[in-house]
Amino acid sequence: MSVEFRKIDKGDIEALQNMVASRILVAGQINDDYCHDELGTAYGVPDALVRASSTLEVSNVMQYAYAHEIPVVVRGSGTGLVGGAVAVCGGIMLDVSPMNRILELDEDNLTVTVQCGVLLMELAQFCNDHGYQYCPDPGEKSATIGGNISTNAGGMRAVKYGVTRDAVRALTAVLPTGEVVELGGKVVKNSSGYSLLNLVIGSEGTLAVVTQATLKIIPKPEYSMSILVPFSSMGEAIKAVPRIIGAKVTPVAIEYMSRDVILFAEDYLGKKFPTHASDAYLLMSFDGNTKEAVVHDQEVVSDLCLELGALDVLLIDTEERSASVWSARSAFLEAIKGSTDLMDECDVVVPRSRVADFILYTHEIASKVGLRIPSFGHAGDGNLHIYLCRDGLDDCAWNARRSEAFRLMYAKAHEFGGQVSGEHGIGLDKKEYLSEVLGPVQMRLMRGIKAVFDPKGLLNPNKVV
Amino acid sequence: MKNANANDSGLKVLVCVKQVPGSNNVKVDEKTGLLVRPKVGNKLNPYDLFALEEALNLGEGPSFEVDVLTMGPPQAKESLLECLWMGCDKAYLASDRAFGGADVLATSYTLYQAILRAGTFDLIFCGKQTTDGDTAQVGAELAEHLGIPHISNVIEIVGFEEEDANGGSRSIVVKAMQENLIVTQRLGLPCLICFDGDINTPRLPSYRRKKSVGTGEDAVKVFTLADMNDKDASHYGLKGSATQVQRIFPPEKNTDRILYDGSSEELANRLESVLRERRFIQEPQR
Repeated sequence: MSVEFRKIDKGDIEALQNMVASRILVAGQINDDYCHDELGTAYGVPDALVRASSTLEVSNVMQYAYAHEIPVVVRGSGTGLVGGAVAVCGGIMLDVSPMNRILELDEDNLTVTVQCGVLLMELAQFCNDHGYQYCPDPGEKSATIGGNISTNAGGMRAVKYGVTRDAVRALTAVLPTGEVVELGGKVVKNSSGYSLLNLVIGSEGTLAVVTQATLKIIPKPEYSMSILVPFSSMGEAIKAVPRIIGAKVTPVAIEYMSRDVILFAEDYLGKKFPTHASDAYLLMSFDGNTKEAVVHDQEVVSDLCLELGALDVLLIDTEERSASVWSARSAFLEAIKGSTDLMDECDVVVPRSRVADFILYTHEIASKVGLRIPSFGHAGDGNLHIYLCRDGLDDCAWNARRSEAFRLMYAKAHEFGGQVSGEHGIGLDKKEYLSEVLGPVQMRLMRGIKAVFDPKGLLNPNKVV
Repeated sequence: MKNANANDSGLKVLVCVKQVPGSNNVKVDEKTGLLVRPKVGNKLNPYDLFALEEALNLGEGPSFEVDVLTMGPPQAKESLLECLWMGCDKAYLASDRAFGGADVLATSYTLYQAILRAGTFDLIFCGKQTTDGDTAQVGAELAEHLGIPHISNVIEIVGFEEEDANGGSRSIVVKAMQENLIVTQRLGLPCLICFDGDINTPRLPSYRRKKSVGTGEDAVKVFTLADMNDKDASHYGLKGSATQVQRIFPPEKNTDRILYDGSSEELANRLESVLRERRFIQEPQR
């Protein structure tokens, strides 16, 4: 259902140059990196790459694009995995990464206000330096906060602290018409009409351009520690998770990882993981304001794990130990990518009680369709990261097997009461699965919302809906 | 003949460790000159963990033993327990008010006296330095007290030789990082080895072992001044120190930055010339 848009001409370029002080590149000057995202399954060359440095500039560009019917795709760091920030219909690519200032720390309201191009790692460091914590902790630390908001990124601390949506208090957003709206506020409660704030969060740049965000922060927990728990099989490891969730202590994160993925990470980082004697591991972390309270929670969960067949429980209680384990965890995506010539991914989310069944099902699919399918993910919130590896297959075999594997996985996720994406979004790549899972009524409502925000269909066209 | 490991070798290894502040970002109060201890408690000196890993990785079996020794206040026992949770067999703590305020000379002398009580060891392993003292001298001084050969900056244990060409005793072969080269060296046992940092990934403490070790009343042997062969208090602690700390102050941080503009090629050339000027890179040797 691709729509044809007109190409940008010389007049457009001149007009845009004036708006953004010549921070503009045109076809031929645009680096190939801007034509795809991190995963690289979608490809498109924008007619112009415009670097915006303020909400006003974004507004002016949007107003011009609306009047002249030019499609606009917003881009931060380009670390997405579903083609969301790829200009598949040409037009303007609006690079907001120069908007990278942290504007305000409000210690009376416990908020931090940032421009959309601030990187997650910069935000985390800033909060840490001031004794606070920004709770969401997605694995890709070089992503922008704008990108995180656009996909409602989740990350590892979701078990205890929720996802990006839970941490956004207010947004400044530019509509396709160029109008600037302030959504939400520095308020803890809000029961004031439809939540446009929450509609824009997770809309993957299809409804509005987020230029500024006011985010909730909390005082940094005084003490934290993690445990790495080896099990003899992935089945045993994952089956322990619902019991852990039910143990009335709340870990910050519960991740699962298999030995093969750990070995890829060792190769990729050139550093050894502290252990890889077992086939499957759970990695959990705990935090709190006293060491005693945190150690108590850790011991409750550790004893339970041993009771449920864990081979041991390894303690991670210093900066160095934490770095040796969590740096590998953060590199898993890149490490699997490095283990094959091309990969595609699926980040389904299923009820936590069905995670074990789902992972075992992916093993069945792997042997049934003839693909290597490594996985890791957030066992504690049911969000799995499953990778299909091409491993040198020809185009025909790869496409056929990949489609079959995806079809089976999304159907099973649906059967289990799951959703297409836990945190990576729909973008271009997962559209067909979204409409299959949500059905015609929900898709009609979503398209209606899109039409209200963007009647000309110019903002990130051909994505999500 | 070289053996890669020491399984059932009858070897006894002692690793010297230290408990240090739990955060590496320890601040100094500029007025009082005292360390501002972070709230996060204490931890094992990270450099010692590399030495410990080398020791534990050397072998297994009933006749292979890795023990651990520290000098410190009573709470240093926590760090020794952690070593037991990681796989060490026995732990020794040299602890007495008389040992307080020791410099490198008095520290190494106290460790030497404690080793005389702990038994005989074929190998003594130390980390490169501590994160709070940073002197990197205790290992070498300890070897001098013991009168055994020692080597620093070791990055790898190559293996063991049962006997050398002259019919000498058992020896260990190691690789050590020198300024511009790596030296492979053979040392007769017993000897002392100081390991470099980042040469391995230290194993994590085991909760299973923690539960079986318990609170460590029996597991950690404490030596006070009264237990030492040399009971002369003036050889220990502040009194036995040859150096005194005059002042502690935070090092000046240099945040100089130079910004260059230009094409990638110009910038690369510019960067290369700056690195050469400052001797970070050199002309290849002919």
